[in-house]
Order: sequence, then structure tokens, then C-alpha cells
Amino acid sequence: MSDLNKLGLAEARDALRKGETTSVELTEACLKAIDAADALNAFVHKTPEIALDRAKAADDRIKGGDAPAMCGLPIGIKDLFCTKGVPSQAASRILEGFKPEYESTVSQQLADAGAVMLGKLNMDEFAMGSSNETSVYGNAVSPWRRGNDDTPLTPGGSSGGSAAAVAADLCLAATGTDTGGSIRQPAAFTGITGIKPTYGRCSRWGIVAFASSLDQAGPMTKNVRDAAIMLEAMCGHDPKDSTSADLPVPNFEAMLTGDIKGKKIGIPKEYRMEGMPAEIEKLWADGADMLRDAGAEIVDISLPHTQYALPAYYVIAPAEASSNLARYDGVRYGRRAQLAQGDGITEMYEKTRAEGFGHEVQRRVMVGTYVLSAGFYDAYYNRARKVRTLIKKDFEDVFAAGVDAILTPATPSAAFGLGEMTEADPVQMYLNDVFTVTVNLAGLPGISVPAGLDKQGLPLGLQLIGRPWEEGDLLNTAYALESAAGFVAKPGKWW
Amino acid sequence: MSIDQSTAAKVAKLARIKVEDDALPALASEFNTILGFIEQLNEVDVEGVEPMVSVTPMRLKRREDVVTDGNMQDKILSNAPDAREGFFAVPKVVE
Repeated sequence: MSDLNKLGLAEARDALRKGETTSVELTEACLKAIDAADALNAFVHKTPEIALDRAKAADDRIKGGDAPAMCGLPIGIKDLFCTKGVPSQAASRILEGFKPEYESTVSQQLADAGAVMLGKLNMDEFAMGSSNETSVYGNAVSPWRRGNDDTPLTPGGSSGGSAAAVAADLCLAATGTDTGGSIRQPAAFTGITGIKPTYGRCSRWGIVAFASSLDQAGPMTKNVRDAAIMLEAMCGHDPKDSTSADLPVPNFEAMLTGDIKGKKIGIPKEYRMEGMPAEIEKLWADGADMLRDAGAEIVDISLPHTQYALPAYYVIAPAEASSNLARYDGVRYGRRAQLAQGDGITEMYEKTRAEGFGHEVQRRVMVGTYVLSAGFYDAYYNRARKVRTLIKKDFEDVFAAGVDAILTPATPSAAFGLGEMTEADPVQMYLNDVFTVTVNLAGLPGISVPAGLDKQGLPLGLQLIGRPWEEGDLLNTAYALESAAGFVAKPGKWW
Repeated sequence: MSIDQSTAAKVAKLARIKVEDDALPALASEFNTILGFIEQLNEVDVEGVEPMVSVTPMRLKRREDVVTDGNMQDKILSNAPDAREGFFAVPKVVE
């Protein structure tokens, strides 16, 4: 078989089971593609020895007839996941040299299912960003370009390396994490599929924390079937994360029938933003038509507190980040600043954190510190948490009225050029997450499915939002949308 | 609410991040942009609304209060920037 790195998870799994290829062959094809793609800066720590060891072990398991879903399939792991003995630094200078003595639950479950880790993937520092431009490793670059224009584009963020790697066929799939849209926005920018499951589906243990009440891991894959396969391997209760749900994990792949007859799909009027590009508006309407043609009932709905989601998020997420990132003090792990004669412990903290954290991380930690400080806690933090209750209630009300899923655009635009947002104020960058952040605040599952190209030839995605714990049903609706949209475009290879 | 340079300096101090004096005006201005955006929350009627504690209604699991882990001093110290004689080493704390 040729071009093994271009396969998806399901195709490769089936080929392995039929004996048409081996995990070692798949892994070698990916390692070769990775070495030829340094221009994308997607893989920032390559682990070829680990990959080939795991591939050989997987081939033995397959021969022995013991082949779980992910067995022998080469994937990339976002740098936010702690991986034993392998640098795991959340794309931050402050974790330079950090090699965990333990493995995150999600990456361990994937390894137990036989998946082959190819290396660690670029991202925004501590997952704070929407363009992968805050990384200590430098920008990840999208494999997509605007026609013949060679301006480097963002793969989105924060899971930018994961998105670039999957879209460029450097791996079969990758892990991502999503706090405000960090799986779904990069997936939409690069023409791949990404799902953030219900809060509590995946264990957060061993994943570097950003905002603990919002963070969830999920798969980034080449299609919806692959997302179902990989999500199932990532999910499940973990005693080490008290917020992980002790609920059975269904066979998500078996739920992909494509039959959505009678499903009620809501179109929220508040997501029709002023100044929304006509192409996005058309894509959204086309998506609704596709679901209608597949037998779903399309209904107009209202989520009245939508416009307050981003401001609430930019109180809650920085507040939690300022608390979580307090652990980076130059004492227990990572980098410590050079100290001057006579410097005490306070100078050590202040200098270490000033040189270890990048600009965006410092800004969010300080905003979080401010909104939690005496005198402002009620005005900002408690108010934001009350608004969050109302945002969640908006969703509960429409689900109670019989809506099965909600269709929205995934992003307010196609991918922009690296550096193009540098001059804008931080709030402009935050607007990238306007359609995705509500889902994190409400703890719901959301999936981004590639649905078309804009006039520059760049991918656009649609988002489906599901009921809590009903990822299987959501994936099935996404599967119907994917079948109808028939998105097959791939970036032309220039790297 | 507008943040001046002395408030910005105070926040930096609370966050234990060293910010040079000449960087304070830009920092204060960024804070004001972000806080201006957040001010929108004041438009929402939150009378009688409970602040969210947990997004998924679930009872946290309990376990016996016993030691389940430990005896891994070497592993815990393996990533320390400065470890000596089995301890994390830091600059002098007490005069």
C-alpha cells in the first residue's frame, strides 16, 4: 500500500486486521512525513524510538488476535499531555526541560489501546491563544494556503500543531484539548474533524491545567468515524480525576447509522452576528438544508445570553488560570531564573515567572489575579459565575423543548495569516471563540465538521452542539452532515 | 472602572510577575481594554441566580482517608531546578 500516512484511523485499522499492512509500516510512513514537514513546525518533540517500539508491540498483539480499536495506529499527542520521560512543557519556557515521571490518563488509555505515539505537538502556551502564535516553539503553520499566495496561515489554536499535523497527513489523528474552542476552531481552520466531549467524559489527570472547570480533551481526526473510534478510547471514569464521570462509555462507532430522521435541530438566532461574512452565513444555511434533506426537522431557537459568554469566559478562565499557574514557581520543576546577589524567594518567584511565561499568559494570569482580588471578587468573578448559570440554562431550556442538537458556524471567519492579528487588541483575537466558548461554559459536547471552502480556497467548518453525555447521538448527526457535505479537499503540498 | 499604573503594579506583585516600570502604562492599558469588554456583564440581571459551582451535576466520589501513594522522593525531586540532600533548595527565606 502506498501513502500509508494518508489513511484515517478506521481505514488503517481495517487494513491492519486484514494483514494488508503492519503498524511498523504505518509508523515509518508517518515518521518520514514528519521529517519532511519541519516547515509546519507541528511536531516539536519527535519520539521515533518510542513509536517503533510501540508499533512492533502492536504488530505482535494484532498477530495474537488481541487488537483493540486503536491498536497499531500512529497518532500525535498535544504538548499539554504529560508523557512519561518525554518533554511535556505546554509550549512554555517555564516548563523547559520538564520530563514527567508519569503519564496522563488519556495518553495512557490510548497507549493501552495500542496507539503509537509519534511525538508531541505544538500549541499555544498553556493552551492560551487562538492562532498558535504564543508558543515558545514558534508558530505552527497551516498546510493550507490562499490559492497561490504563499502567506503563511494560522492552523488555529490552541491545538494548532495537532490540526496542522492531521491536515498534512503527518499522523492518522491527534489529541487536542478544548477550554474555549481549542479543538473545534483549529479543526475548522484546517478542514478536519474535532470533538470536545461533555465536561467529565475524559479524565483531566496529567493534562497541564489551564481552566479546570472548562478544560476537556478530545480527538482531532480526518473524519467523523475516526473521531468516534478515538473518543471511545480516550473516555472513561478515572479515580484520579474527581470530576470525571462514572458513566458507561458507549460504542460510539456503532451509533453511526447516518439516520437522523425526526431529529430536531435548532438554529440559534443569536449566533447570526453583525458583520458575519456572507460565505459563513451561506455555509450555515446550506448545513441546515443538508440536515433537513436527511430527514431532520429544523427549528429556530433562542439562546438569549449568548453575547455574554465571551466576557464571562474572560473572567472565569483567567481566574482559574491564575490559580492553576501559581504552581510554576521555579521550585519543583521547570525553569528557575538566574538570581542576583542578595535576591530572596520573592525575587526568585517574580523573575522566574516574568521570564518563564510569555506575554499572553502573563496577561491572563494578571487579569485573573485582579478579578479574584479583594473588593472585585463579587463584582467580576461571582457575577461571571452567575451569568454562566444563565448560559447553561439557555441550553437546558431548548433541550427541554425537544431539540436534539444545535447547528452553528464553527468560527466567524476562515484562517487568517500569521501575524495579521498582532496589531489588533487582545479582544479581537478572543472573538475567534465566539461560537465555541458557550459550549465549554455549559459543559456540553460540541463537534466541528468541515463543510466547505471559502472563495480563497480555505476550509470552513460547522459546529454541532449536543445534549450532555449524548456524544453518540451527536456524532451520528455529524456523520449525516459529513456525508451530505462531502468535503474531500486537501491542502496542496508545498512544504 | 479604570486601572491606573499603581493598580497594575499591585496586580503584578500579587501575581508574582516582575513587570518593569516602563512596561506598566501598556499593561494598564491592556487591562482596561479587557475589563471594558468584561463590563458588559453588568447588563445582565443576575438577581437571585446562583453562581455556578459545578457544570455537571454530580456528587464527588469519596474514598477512605488513607495513604495510597508515596515513597518516591527521587521521582518527585527529579525535575527540580535545585535539589540537595533530598530536599527542594530555595534562596534564603528567613533573615
